[in-house]
Amino acid sequence: MANPTERTTVQKDTSQLRQKKMLAEHFTRLAQAGATGEKSVYTFVPGNMTELLLAFDVLPVLPEINALQSGMRGKSKDYIAVAEKLGHSEDVCTYVKSDIGMMKSGNIGPTGERLPEPDLLLLSYTGCFTFMKWFELLREEYKCPVVMVHVPYQGEGRITESMRQYVVDQIRQKLIPALEKITGKSYDEDRLKECLARSAQAEDDLVWVLQSAKNKPSPIDAYFGGVYYIGPIFSSFRGTEDAVEYYKALRAETEESIRLGKGPVTPDGELTEERYRIVVEGPPNWTSFREFWKMFADEGAVVVASTYTKVGGVYDFGFRHDPSRPLETLAEYCMGCYTNLNLPSRVEMLASYVRDYQADGFLINSVKSCNSFSAGQLHILREVENRVGKPGGFIESDLVDPRYFSAANIKNRLESYFQMIEQKRFGEGAA
Amino acid sequence: MTSKDLESLLERAETLYRDYSLPSVREWKRREKGLAIGFMPIYVPRELLWAQGVLPVGLMGGGDDLEIIRGDAFYQSYICHIPRSTIELGLNGSLDCLDGMLFPAICDVIRNLSGIWKMQFPGKLVRYLDVPQNFDREIGGAFFRRELEELSRDLVEHGAKPLKDDALRKSIEVYNEHRRLVQGLYQLRQKEPWRVPTHELYLVLRAGLPLPVEEHTGMLRAYRALVEAANERKPMDQARVVLTGSFCEQPPLGLIKTLERAGCYIVDDDFVQVHRWITKGIAVEGDPLGNLVTAFLESSMASPTRYIDQAEKGKDLVGRVKASGAEGVLFCAPSFCDPALLDQPMVTPAVERAGIPWTAFKYSENSGQFQVIREQAGTFADSIKLWEQTSEPSTSADNLSRMSV
Repeated sequence: MANPTERTTVQKDTSQLRQKKMLAEHFTRLAQAGATGEKSVYTFVPGNMTELLLAFDVLPVLPEINALQSGMRGKSKDYIAVAEKLGHSEDVCTYVKSDIGMMKSGNIGPTGERLPEPDLLLLSYTGCFTFMKWFELLREEYKCPVVMVHVPYQGEGRITESMRQYVVDQIRQKLIPALEKITGKSYDEDRLKECLARSAQAEDDLVWVLQSAKNKPSPIDAYFGGVYYIGPIFSSFRGTEDAVEYYKALRAETEESIRLGKGPVTPDGELTEERYRIVVEGPPNWTSFREFWKMFADEGAVVVASTYTKVGGVYDFGFRHDPSRPLETLAEYCMGCYTNLNLPSRVEMLASYVRDYQADGFLINSVKSCNSFSAGQLHILREVENRVGKPGGFIESDLVDPRYFSAANIKNRLESYFQMIEQKRFGEGAA
Repeated sequence: MTSKDLESLLERAETLYRDYSLPSVREWKRREKGLAIGFMPIYVPRELLWAQGVLPVGLMGGGDDLEIIRGDAFYQSYICHIPRSTIELGLNGSLDCLDGMLFPAICDVIRNLSGIWKMQFPGKLVRYLDVPQNFDREIGGAFFRRELEELSRDLVEHGAKPLKDDALRKSIEVYNEHRRLVQGLYQLRQKEPWRVPTHELYLVLRAGLPLPVEEHTGMLRAYRALVEAANERKPMDQARVVLTGSFCEQPPLGLIKTLERAGCYIVDDDFVQVHRWITKGIAVEGDPLGNLVTAFLESSMASPTRYIDQAEKGKDLVGRVKASGAEGVLFCAPSFCDPALLDQPMVTPAVERAGIPWTAFKYSENSGQFQVIREQAGTFADSIKLWEQTSEPSTSADNLSRMSV
């Protein structure tokens, strides 16, 4: 086994470099917000209404992204310790504790620059109970206004007119007036529609890229690589020209990989032999992200579809932001995010991924921090197995608490799991 | 009425509390031929169900008696205990007399349990009940009304009577009376906690979960009369505390007794909140469904499961401490309970600012060892009594706030 701490040159796609530049510029704007007077709004990835924020020229800040970046940069362990010393329970979400710890340690963002304090906390309460507590906690610290937009859960597996109306009413009567107040600008629906049209363009290309994994070999890894692909559209760039251009470039890159019959680019280079096609449910571990990816890549395992890449929007079942119904489409987007779907819908989605992407099996990475994802995953495992007849695997880790990433255990489980797939293949071949 | 009557009432309450197979519900169904619908904590509009001839049956997990055989295969070790015992009860047939289940929106675990239930028990009415986190009448109120109307239609589809205004008014009246009696017992306990020990009150409240409301109202009346007459119960030198955090998964009865034996008079708590979730009588006149909605929007308890908009966090708890004449707070939350544990760091500073001593510990509904908690609670109670005589309250808070396990 290679030493996980060994530094090697990480290979990056052109699109990744482009994204890095976009992010750097965004964080520079955030760092300079105090001087430039630009307003910032903290909000969440699921249910983010970036187009509306852009229509008011405010800068989105996503604490979940900051937390995962802290995890990847090795900072989250100390941040979590800070929060736990302040009385936050060891039992709760480590994103929250990492964020609180980061704030208490100077609120230095991923680029090493200080993040601005929020002018508004947009509590888009979508698919995660913890969000509500998280922004109550931040409100205690920042003493700034909060807008709660309660997004009803799809308990019955559908969006009703009543649910749509409820979210639209909140956006129209609560959120828009609050944005008008902090920016001094009037709501400009035409501007919002322009942003939404750009979102739909980018969404088309993102879906094309994600579905390219149906090819054999898959030109992409839809989980480890996927988290980079979703970066712009899940964070501050949906609705921007930058996002449109990014996804155009990503698509072109992917088309080229397909033409050349290439596999995905992993941190250690191109994956030349696709041995296992896997669907993954659940977020990745961020503190050992690269090591985790390598455990798959070393075995020739490619993730062809994942649910985590739908947490900030499910686009591959037809939804697109629709500029002709601006507030309604934002409401539908929020309600359609993955963790806002009920368990039967999640099971159905996973089963369809296994079938449509001709996967050899599916794997659940169950993270301790996130009950929204994790509660019920063992049942999901059995249900999906029953429906698709492919082996399911189950591993446990955490989002950004390194204490819950046991590399040896996870590697053992993964190796056993891949052996199980081999045995199943052998059995099928012999039959 | 004698102490034997009290003993017999409590015995009946304990039987109802411990018998997971819901014999009283089975008996009611045989008699009334109506639907029985289970519900999880904390709040469902029982008035609406009762008005449609449906028996609402509160479920609060399996406690410490239930052996978990299959439930653990549904949940990872880092998820609270109540969903695994609830699924165990579903799988072992204890709940087969229920025609459906309601899962109110209180956290992601209960929310996701609704999905498991849908898959595991097809054919039953299974609904996730989304309650509004927006409290404007025209926004959250309008949404909640539509939710209630949809729930009512679902009940009819499964065999319940259609909802009629008069029946709903009558049901609201019945529950108002029930609520008044529960609140009366809470007030009596605040005044004379030795007369209403919490482990008794708790059993009486739990007994109300499977019983028809009128029957339980009778039990409340009888219990009140019995404890008012129990003059042999004398005050002891105990510390008066508010216990908070136990609104969903409940502590084992043994833990409540342990806290009392450790020197605490629990003078307010979060147990079995469905009986007290609406804090005032609901208006009967006019539009009864609208009155239910208004009551939810304007008279619900402050809870970690609700979004608190403008009010200062912890203000409600400090108010409860003052109103009940408590001298300290026990933060007593189930392990891995997101609402309680995420709320705690916001509420404890408010308690400290008010100079109220507090301590914190966690439990699981099947906890069997209470020694550490007994020592902690005992020290806490002793300290309150000691500091009460010798020092400023804020000093005791400084010393005790670190006492958590």
